[in-house]
Amino acid sequence: MEQYDIVIIGGGPAGLAAAISAKKNGAASILLLERDKELGGILNQCIHNGFGLHTFKEELTGPEYAERFVVQLKELSIAYKLNTMVIHVGKDKVVTAVNGEEGLLEIQAKAIVLAMGCRERARGALAIPGYRPAGIFSAGTAQRLINIEGYLPGREVVILGSGDIGLIMARRMTLEGAKVKVVAELMPYSGGLKRNIVQCLEDYNIPLKLSHTVVDIKGKERLEGVTLAAVDGRRKPIPGTEEFYSCDTLLLSVGLIPENELSEEMGVELNSITSGPRVNECLETNVEGVFACGNVLHVHDLVDFVSEEAAEAGKHAAFYVMGSGERSVDREIPLLADRGVRYTVPEVVHPSDMEKAVTVRFRVSDVYRGCYISVYFDEERVLHKKRQIVAPGEMEAITLTREQLLAYPELKQIVVKMEER
Amino acid sequence: MYDVVIVGSGVAGAACAHELSRYKLKLCVVEKEEDVCCGTSKANSAIVHAGFDAVEGSLKAKLNVRGNRRMGELAKELDIPFDRNGSLVLCLDKEDMPKLDALYQRGMANGVEDLCILDREQVLEMEPKLTDQVYAALYAPTAGIICPFELNIALAEHAYANGVEFRFGTEVKDIKRMADGYELHTGCGVLRTRYVVNAAGVYADTLHNMVSEHKLTIIPRRGDYCLFDKTAGSHVRRTIFSLPGRLGKGVLVTPTIHGNLLIGPTAMEIEDKEGINTTREGLDEVMEKARQSVRDLPMGRVITSFSGLRAHTEQDDFIIGEVEDAEGFIDCAGIESPGIASSPAIGEMIAQLVKERLGLEEKPDYISVRKGILRPSELSREERQELIKKNPAYGNIICRCEGITEGEIVDAITRPLGARTLDGIKRRTRAGMGRCQSGFCMPRVMEILSREGGIAMEDITKSGGESRILAKPSDRGSRYGTV
Repeated sequence: MEQYDIVIIGGGPAGLAAAISAKKNGAASILLLERDKELGGILNQCIHNGFGLHTFKEELTGPEYAERFVVQLKELSIAYKLNTMVIHVGKDKVVTAVNGEEGLLEIQAKAIVLAMGCRERARGALAIPGYRPAGIFSAGTAQRLINIEGYLPGREVVILGSGDIGLIMARRMTLEGAKVKVVAELMPYSGGLKRNIVQCLEDYNIPLKLSHTVVDIKGKERLEGVTLAAVDGRRKPIPGTEEFYSCDTLLLSVGLIPENELSEEMGVELNSITSGPRVNECLETNVEGVFACGNVLHVHDLVDFVSEEAAEAGKHAAFYVMGSGERSVDREIPLLADRGVRYTVPEVVHPSDMEKAVTVRFRVSDVYRGCYISVYFDEERVLHKKRQIVAPGEMEAITLTREQLLAYPELKQIVVKMEER
Repeated sequence: MYDVVIVGSGVAGAACAHELSRYKLKLCVVEKEEDVCCGTSKANSAIVHAGFDAVEGSLKAKLNVRGNRRMGELAKELDIPFDRNGSLVLCLDKEDMPKLDALYQRGMANGVEDLCILDREQVLEMEPKLTDQVYAALYAPTAGIICPFELNIALAEHAYANGVEFRFGTEVKDIKRMADGYELHTGCGVLRTRYVVNAAGVYADTLHNMVSEHKLTIIPRRGDYCLFDKTAGSHVRRTIFSLPGRLGKGVLVTPTIHGNLLIGPTAMEIEDKEGINTTREGLDEVMEKARQSVRDLPMGRVITSFSGLRAHTEQDDFIIGEVEDAEGFIDCAGIESPGIASSPAIGEMIAQLVKERLGLEEKPDYISVRKGILRPSELSREERQELIKKNPAYGNIICRCEGITEGEIVDAITRPLGARTLDGIKRRTRAGMGRCQSGFCMPRVMEILSREGGIAMEDITKSGGESRILAKPSDRGSRYGTV
């Protein structure tokens, strides 16, 4: 059986950054496993720009951003296998993978970094009624068909969901000569970044219908059209508001789901809100020596933050295998997401073990204007940060320092919430 | 001139072809779609019913019980999975016990084996996720679950291996009576045959009425279903029916043979014989009724919903036999539930009818078993390693949700009666049937189908006809569906 100190599952932005960071922090034997024929993951099909603004202070395309990390990975001589699909990970950290060249592989790891990314929510999960013709794609599948394979999926398009991929694809389909008739969004706000609404919809005069959904799908062979309807406050379609759009293509950008089937097999506990592993300040899961980062942990909107988070996971995996990750379990402080905050990553911190500071990422549950992000140490408010606007589509972050936490030796819990005043 | 032409390659038509392929006959199956299993057989509960539902003495009762008994052996011959997981009919109210008893009595009269009535404690011990309201249940250990696609495809492949001809994309538009048989006028020319077997599903009435004065009406009865992720597949072990009672006709909750969980169907009579659209009301009804028999259904884990038609007749029984005023024209009509369960016996019955008329002789070179698509995931580690060494395509996983390799997809395309469409590949291999519903693997499967099937990417369809995946050719005659 092959043996590695750290096995990283997934060669997208998270896996790449984790591998590089693990190596830089001293881990000697690292293996990265990627199921596709090249490294970079979904970045390879994201040929638009806007990547790397935070990390490199440049506007890169997806493949360019990936390339920066791939070059580093190769310079650091980190081992990787392509076309290799992990099919099982045991509780004993034996990773079973398969590829055409070597067949079934069993690899014993000391630490594992989960970086499998996420999948797109499909039509079935929304229970959109109607026929099931050709011409209904998840936005990412359409993106792959156009940008990687070079095929146009359709000419008259309706997009359901205003997540970032949906917005990007509205522009992309338009640039390829398709007519994007409308983007419908179930929620009263977009799930995408503001800059994408402006650059991908407004610049091309593509209407965005908030609080609308698809209520029927017409077409027995190829899609012929969809019916949109407005929805009420409980997201139920309002009778009488139906409007038919003829189209041959429906793109769905209705959410991403972390791919944690492998994690669950090895006993990793998931958070019911993020569908990602529950982690501590080292991004370590409940299974010792198993770390998670990127979209498998929680869905991000900016790859820069994926890289940043993954570098932390890689670093802590390195510390773990080098034996400097000794943990004291005496003081564990839970982080609670309260009013207006849906979740936090991490969910728990160990002040005595942590480094100088830890970034706590979270999403809000609604659009809030002129509000405050507040952090309470038990009853005491320790952070009160004014914000013009926050939205569920944009991930938020706060920083907790070790010094700050150690100043409260009796601290029981940390609460993050939104406040009007 | 054919001896027998079977119209329709659903499970009934394929079972007829499979049985008749034992004999020295010139046989042909005509199918209007691009593949087998495209009508009522593709979307149903996939249950091999025990046989207590149908009225004693009916064809449904007789063929169901016989078909159920035969299914274990047939599944082995055809190399397809089948599991006698057993079924429970729940009685939620003491007052309904006479109805449960009546079902039990009917089952006994029909010859269903090992039926018994269980009390509340016994039932809950067997299936802890059932509703607290359960009072008693009828337990039928002989009931089973099967993959309707694989059964249908295997029957057809096996018939093909034994010399039966298949003509796809061939719709029968008219039938003319001749002195020695029939002329079938199809979209692809005229076929002459001594006997016709009418296994045309929801269109069996159209065909029947072309030759007979005794008119037949098939009423398409639509049913909506929801399918759950495999992570919900062990929610129940047995197939759970509810007793038809004050709450109306029951919705079942069952594991599928491949480990998903299935709930449905509704029952809506419609006019459109292609009307397989789901409705909001239908899906809501399925969920609500399923919750009445099983607790804690993880509705967030639904991966797809679909609807299928049942070919219902006013007679409410299978109509199998030579048409009174059309000698040589054999109906195999009204095949609705328990059609899958009965299919082996339907095939036998039709073969017997033909045999009585033609005095058939068995083929000496009849191939009795079929080998299905090789599934690396079902092999031992060593066998799998060996297989990948010989053919690296078996190490290349294309559909990650279901773990389906390139080798399996190539097999599905290149084997006899192979797949020509994405749905054809899906039904043979399960590629694209998992939780991401083909989001990841579709472009890759298209490439393999294009390469192995010799179909241009732009011409690949979901299920034949105009169900093209990529954009139609541009009006300007420029690049064809490409960027």
